[in-house]
Amino acid sequence: MKLMLTCKQASQLISQSLDEPLSWSDRMKLKFHLFICNACTRFNQQLRLIKNAVLRIKSETENNASVQLSLEAKAKINQAIKSNQ
Amino acid sequence: MSASLINKNVNDWLNDHGDYLYRFALARLRDPHQAEDAVQETMLAAIKSDNFEGDSSARTWLTGILKHKIIDLQRKQIREQPLSDLIDLDASDTSLDDFFDKSGHWLDKPQTLDMPENALEQKQFLSILSGCMDKLPAKLAAIFMMRDVHEVDNENICKELDITATNAWVMLYRARMGLRKCLEMNWIVG
Repeated sequence: MKLMLTCKQASQLISQSLDEPLSWSDRMKLKFHLFICNACTRFNQQLRLIKNAVLRIKSETENNASVQLSLEAKAKINQAIKSNQ
Repeated sequence: MSASLINKNVNDWLNDHGDYLYRFALARLRDPHQAEDAVQETMLAAIKSDNFEGDSSARTWLTGILKHKIIDLQRKQIREQPLSDLIDLDASDTSLDDFFDKSGHWLDKPQTLDMPENALEQKQFLSILSGCMDKLPAKLAAIFMMRDVHEVDNENICKELDITATNAWVMLYRARMGLRKCLEMNWIVG
């Protein structure tokens, strides 16, 4: 990879950085690219926004007391438990 | 703990923890039927298991079992796709070029997306994002949920799905590209 990243390469590294630490040289190249590129800076913000927002959707579902097993589902699970006991 | 004591508790477990476990599963699988299946599988595994430690709470113990059941279901969702789809996902996949021109520049430059400040708009934003997640191809949705919602790390994703690190990051990249594009198209930037 050359010293200057294309936007395509930068966007791939940005996504990868959400999953694992980048190598020192990739980190430096990305830092430099983001310094000069508004589009990729916005892309970076978009991915971080999405990452946080999906975690909020998760915790809202987890904490929503009105989300419950239906009576049918409970009956079905009870049935399965009985036949396995 | 004796087997009879465990059996005695099983019915309480469903009553005391069933809804909690269901919400936990639904938050990670997004499909009510799959979430119900995950709870049922968890209960059945709990009956058969004899490693319940009295010093951990039943809820913590059951949640531990449920986490594995969720990954099993997600793996199944991804594996059920034809193998050729997975092979297409190597780094040379041309569909990655849809967003860029030949020299690697953005065709459509990403727009500014911010979490809105007022509560009602936040709700709308999150509901649009939910819709976008549901619109992803099933396989991409499953790996995205596994990584960004269930927070399984890359190493374990590769192990669970028996794919390479490159395959994993290409799939995650495509899922995230799809989500941001969908958000840009459906969320009116203020």
